Amino acid sequence: MVAIFVALVAWYVISIVVQSKPAFSTLGFSWIIQKTWAPGQNKYGLLPFILGTVETTAIALVLAVPIGLGTAIALAHLVPDRVRPALSTAVELLAAVPSVVYGLWGLIVLAPIFREHVEPFLSSVLGWTGLFNGPDNGVGLLLAGVILFVMVLPTMVAISRDVLAVVPREQVEGAMALGATRWQVLRKVVVPGARTGILGGFTLAMGRALGETVAVALVIGNSPFIAHSIKAPAATLASLIVNNFGEASGTELSALFGAGLVLLLIGVAVNGMARALVHSTARAGGAASVAVA
Amino acid sequence: MATTLGFDSPTDPILERRRRIQSVAAASLGRRKVYSKIAVGVCWVFLAIAIVPLVGVVVYVVVKGLPAWTTDFFSHPTTPEGIPGGGVWNAIVGTAEIGFIATAVTVPLGLLCGLFLAESDGRTAAAVRFTADVMTGVPSITIGIFGYIAIVRNFGYSGLAGAFSIGIIMLPVIIRAGETAIRGVPRSLNEAALALGARRATIARRVVVPAAMPGIITGVLLAVARGLGETAPLLLTIFGNQYMQWNPTKPMPALPLVIYNNSSQPYADLLQTAWGAALLLMVIVLVLSVGSRVLAAVLQRERR
Repeated sequence: MVAIFVALVAWYVISIVVQSKPAFSTLGFSWIIQKTWAPGQNKYGLLPFILGTVETTAIALVLAVPIGLGTAIALAHLVPDRVRPALSTAVELLAAVPSVVYGLWGLIVLAPIFREHVEPFLSSVLGWTGLFNGPDNGVGLLLAGVILFVMVLPTMVAISRDVLAVVPREQVEGAMALGATRWQVLRKVVVPGARTGILGGFTLAMGRALGETVAVALVIGNSPFIAHSIKAPAATLASLIVNNFGEASGTELSALFGAGLVLLLIGVAVNGMARALVHSTARAGGAASVAVA
Repeated sequence: MATTLGFDSPTDPILERRRRIQSVAAASLGRRKVYSKIAVGVCWVFLAIAIVPLVGVVVYVVVKGLPAWTTDFFSHPTTPEGIPGGGVWNAIVGTAEIGFIATAVTVPLGLLCGLFLAESDGRTAAAVRFTADVMTGVPSITIGIFGYIAIVRNFGYSGLAGAFSIGIIMLPVIIRAGETAIRGVPRSLNEAALALGARRATIARRVVVPAAMPGIITGVLLAVARGLGETAPLLLTIFGNQYMQWNPTKPMPALPLVIYNNSSQPYADLLQTAWGAALLLMVIVLVLSVGSRVLAAVLQRERR
C-alpha cells in the first residue's frame, strides 16, 4: 500500500518533468527567466508570472504576519476562557472554506470597494512611493494579495495559536512572579518559546499563497506583462496555467507544464521547510496542525 | 521607590543588588505598564481586523446565496443564460459522484498506509511520512496537471479524471490523520492483546483500528471536506458542462466549477447561481468539519 502511494508520487513528479521537457529542449533553460509571454511569436518567458507569484505572496505575508501573530496571541492568551473554544473552533472552520468562495467574494464585493475607495485613498497617501501609479482597476496585484491574506489567515492563526498555547505554565507564572507585565510575559517568554512553530505556520501559509490558483485567477486581472504598479493587473504561475490551458497545444502546453514544474519545485521547497520547522517544535502538537494542513 | 526589609545590612552585596533591581523595576513600572497596555491593545485590534473579513465572507455568502436556494436550484440542471428554472442539480450530482469515488478509493489505501507508518519507525517510514507531509501542501494545480497528463491525455475529460486528482489531494491527508489517530492508541491495549496471544493482523483489525476510530473518522471527513472544495484540479480534468451527467467516464459539471465559471459572467442570474453554489459548498464543507468533531466527541464518550 505504501508502495502504491510512493509510486503515485513518483509518477506525479516524473510525468510533469517529462511533459515539460519539450519546452526546455526547444527553448533552452533561459526561457524560465525571459520576460515576454507571446505564444504567437513563440515566446514563453515565465518571469512576469514568477514575479507576480512572489509579489502577491509578499503582499499577503506583509499583512498576515503581524495580524496573524497578534490574533494568535489574543486567541491563546488574552480572550476570556469562556469564548476561547468557540473562537478557536471558528478560526479552524474558516480554514476549510474553499478558496473559490474567497475568490468570488473578492471579485464581486472587494473589487468595487478597492476601485472606488481603497486604491484612490492609498494613491493619495502613499503615491510618493511610486508603488501606486496608474489607474484604479480594483482587480490587480493588491487585491490578489489581500485575498490571499484573508485566505491564509485562519491557517496561520490556528497553527500559531496551538504552539503559543503549549508554552509551559511554570515559565509564564515564573515571569509574572518576577513582576513582568502582561506584554513582557508574552514577548519575552511566550513568543520566543513558540518561535519555531510560529515560523513553520507562516511558511506553511506562504506555501498556500504561492500555489493558490482560482482565488487569484479571479481577482488578479490576468495580464502577461510585468506590473509596474501594485494596482496593476498581473498574473501568477498558477493563474497562467488555468487561464491558458484550454487553448494551449504543442510548445505552449509544454511551457505551461514547465510553469507547473517551477511551481511544484517552489511548493516542495517551501513546504519541506515548513514541515521540518513545525515538526521540530510541535511534535506532540494539537489537532489543528493536522486539521488545517 | 524600593521597598526593603528593615534588617538588611547595606554591606551585603546580594541584598544590595536585590535592592537595586527592585528600585529599577519599580521606577520603570509605570512605563512598562503603558507599553503593555498599548501592545496588548494592538493585539486586540489585530484580532478585530482578522475577524472583519472572515465574518464578512461568511455573512455575504449567506445573504447573497440564500435567495438562490429555490426548489428548482436543487432539482434542475443548469439552463442557458436567460432561461429561468435552472439549477445546479447536475453539479451536485457531479460533486457527489467525484467525492464518493475519490473517498471510496483513498480511504482504504490511505488508512493502510497510515497503519504501516504508525507501526514502523525506520528510515523508510520517516521518508514516506515526510513525503506525505509535503504532498499535503503542493500546489493543487500541479496535481490537476498530473491528472490531465495521466488520465485526460489517454481517456479524455471525465469525472473519473477529476476523482483521480481529488483522490491524490486527499490521500496524504488521510495517511497522516490515520497515522496520528493510530499512534494515539495506548500501547497497553496493544500489549494486552499480544499477551493474549493475538496475531499482529488481528490486533490491528480488532483492537487498534476500533480504538483509533474517532480520530480516523475526523481525519477522513476533513479530507473529504478539503477535496470537495478543490477547484483548480477539476478545471483541468472534468471539463464541466451544462447537462445532466450520471456517467463518471464522461465530462461532468461540479459545484466549484459553477462558482468559478459564473463569477466572471456579466449576467445577474448566473451570478446568483454562483452565490447559491458558494453557499451550498460552504455549508457542505462546514457540516463535514463540524460533523467530524461532533462524531469524534460522541464516539470518544461512548468508549468511556
